[in-house]
Amino acid sequence: MTSTRIRGGRVIDPSQGIDTVADLVLQDGKVVSIGTSTAAADVEIDATDMIVCPGLIDMHVSLREPGFEEDETIATGAAAALAGGITSVACMPDTQPVVDNRAAAEFIILQAGRAGLANVFPLGAVTKDCNGEELAEIGQLVEAGVVAFSDATRPLANAEIMRRALEYCGMFNRPIFNHPAVPELVHGGVMHEDYVSTELGLRGMPAAAEDIAVGRDIALAKVTGGRVHLQTISSLGSIDQIRRAKAAGLRVTAEITPHNFTLMDDRLRTFNSNYKVDPPLRTADHLAACIEGLQDGTIDAICSDHQPFAPEKKSRELNLVPFGASGLETLLPISIASLIEPGHLDWPQLIGKLTNGPAKILGIPKGTLATGADADVTIIDPQVEWTIDAAQFRSRGHNTPFDGWKVRGRARTVLVAGVVAYEV
Amino acid sequence: MNFVTDTDNSIKKRWTKRHLLGLEYLSADEITMILDQAAEFKRLAAQGETKLGLLRGTVVANLFFEPSTRTRTSFGLAAKRLSADIVEFSAAGSSLVKGETFIDTARNIEAMGVDQVVVRHSTPGAPHLLAQNLNTSVLNAGDGTHEHPTQALLDIFTIREHRGTLQGLTVALVGDISHSRVARSNIWGLTKLGARVIVCGPATLIPQHVEKLGVEVATDLDKILPELDCINLLRIQFERQRSGLFPSIAEYAHLFGMNGERLKTAKDDVMILAPGPINRGVEITPDVADGGHSVILDQVTNGLLIRMACLYLLNPKNSP
Repeated sequence: MTSTRIRGGRVIDPSQGIDTVADLVLQDGKVVSIGTSTAAADVEIDATDMIVCPGLIDMHVSLREPGFEEDETIATGAAAALAGGITSVACMPDTQPVVDNRAAAEFIILQAGRAGLANVFPLGAVTKDCNGEELAEIGQLVEAGVVAFSDATRPLANAEIMRRALEYCGMFNRPIFNHPAVPELVHGGVMHEDYVSTELGLRGMPAAAEDIAVGRDIALAKVTGGRVHLQTISSLGSIDQIRRAKAAGLRVTAEITPHNFTLMDDRLRTFNSNYKVDPPLRTADHLAACIEGLQDGTIDAICSDHQPFAPEKKSRELNLVPFGASGLETLLPISIASLIEPGHLDWPQLIGKLTNGPAKILGIPKGTLATGADADVTIIDPQVEWTIDAAQFRSRGHNTPFDGWKVRGRARTVLVAGVVAYEV
Repeated sequence: MNFVTDTDNSIKKRWTKRHLLGLEYLSADEITMILDQAAEFKRLAAQGETKLGLLRGTVVANLFFEPSTRTRTSFGLAAKRLSADIVEFSAAGSSLVKGETFIDTARNIEAMGVDQVVVRHSTPGAPHLLAQNLNTSVLNAGDGTHEHPTQALLDIFTIREHRGTLQGLTVALVGDISHSRVARSNIWGLTKLGARVIVCGPATLIPQHVEKLGVEVATDLDKILPELDCINLLRIQFERQRSGLFPSIAEYAHLFGMNGERLKTAKDDVMILAPGPINRGVEITPDVADGGHSVILDQVTNGLLIRMACLYLLNPKNSP
């Protein structure tokens, strides 16, 4: 019987509409109460001037193990998550071998258990080998503990396969996560197609490639009644369509990354490969639409789209470099810098996008401080000023566009199942 | 013997850039310095002074990660005219084939005591990557579809030589603008020196928002032809034709090819330029390529002088 009292913090739990200064009491890995507590506890944590919220959830992470351990392992990724204030991650199935069978999913759960750090929820592949052709063993993957399905960075290009996947997953009430892009429109592209791509002579990827795919997925959500989750949304056109789909009552959800609402395509003028991400960094009008989508609830969740790569893979010619940034350790501070500081969102809104927003989409019993819930808690110091230093990352991927950024606010203490798992 | 004249010295003294990565990053004044330096070398050559000792004791590495004949030969000869030693490198048959990265390859060559690196690469930004990773000066000899500064400089030099100035001239770049590094460098250089630039070609080969670079866009060559002082006919890359960017070579030649008939509607003193290699019968017919308006071979000659000027101005050592 271990009890913990987190004293005097600003407790924000959007799942219950709570935003109050209170004590949070945990016992035996579960939440006991939010309020004023005088009972003695085994562990006392002073949270004065801190924000106390459910442990953050990053619903879009690549952990690379098995197969690409030079980029990341489940243990290093889970450690990076904790350092970023994240207590649960959902990891993509594009490992080697791909998580398209029961054994592969069970391996991830086993490795995560061995690491004993953040909670890891595996996603299963929609199709065998993520090749977009034949459905994976979805039912057995569900039994193994997979929470949702995705072909990771590979768009589900075939509309018929997408339709059948939505119908089939409907039997298990699991969503399909799709990376929306029309492959033939983005093929060979390295950045957003606009003036800067023209200037630099770099092959562009038009926003229309995302808009068209989002439109198709919405149409298929309608025809199948299935749950479509649109990964890493970045375009004005997508956000408009998702807004209308939600208004029409379709089961469509969406996520966004901090780099897509923070950085613009002109960063590529440096030819720095850390700005090569997919979807690409876009222009001011798209960024404004992203912020609006976050404000009005069109976008449900903020995720890092953590794509760690060993240094030798990112220090090459731009067309040879893989897409993506290491994001677990910058998810919270960049969200604060881009959303809280300019006043686009308030704290409960931001915390919601990082806790119960993703929890609801993933269908996992996390992201809440309701009585009896798992005692995963993140304590954020909203005032501390610090500098992001990629060399200090727990992740093996030091590929970040935010290296050297001076930011304010970070996770100070992180508890998983009631136990302090990380502390600055 | 020292052939440096007072004029050379004054230009070299004013020059401050370490790398030549593209014309986007040069001012009109810096572009003019290169042109003036090339003109000075041309004057010396006319006096029979074709071998200068300006870069004696320095080493220039020609790093060509993409095939090229004329640019490579031109840089090689330019270095020799200045008495530099030259190291030739080609990607084919190199350690790149064994999996070495482009940066490591360049670093290894630099470690052998190279003072200047001339780089040609199929990826935009590759010279920028080298500039960040090497200590030597980096000269962009063409990076993918981004820039080809010395080609644009020699085009501009040739125009200036014939017309005295770029100010007020109307220059058309005709052909595949989307995939042309020559077009981008020309646009930067020509507009900075006061020319009016029109890009002309099939709509599928004109990139989005190109007008923000300060150019006008046309898709009807016959319509703009009478206004033009100079026409730069970019090479059509046959490999592009397969990806459906225009219907056929024949249709391209019909709409955008420069032939004797079409030339009749142009100004009497119109200049025809082409960065080469040219596809005879496609973007240009032989009667035009070899006719009185063509300055194509002047461009090749001037290319050598432009590259001498760039190597000289950018060389970190100021040898006697």
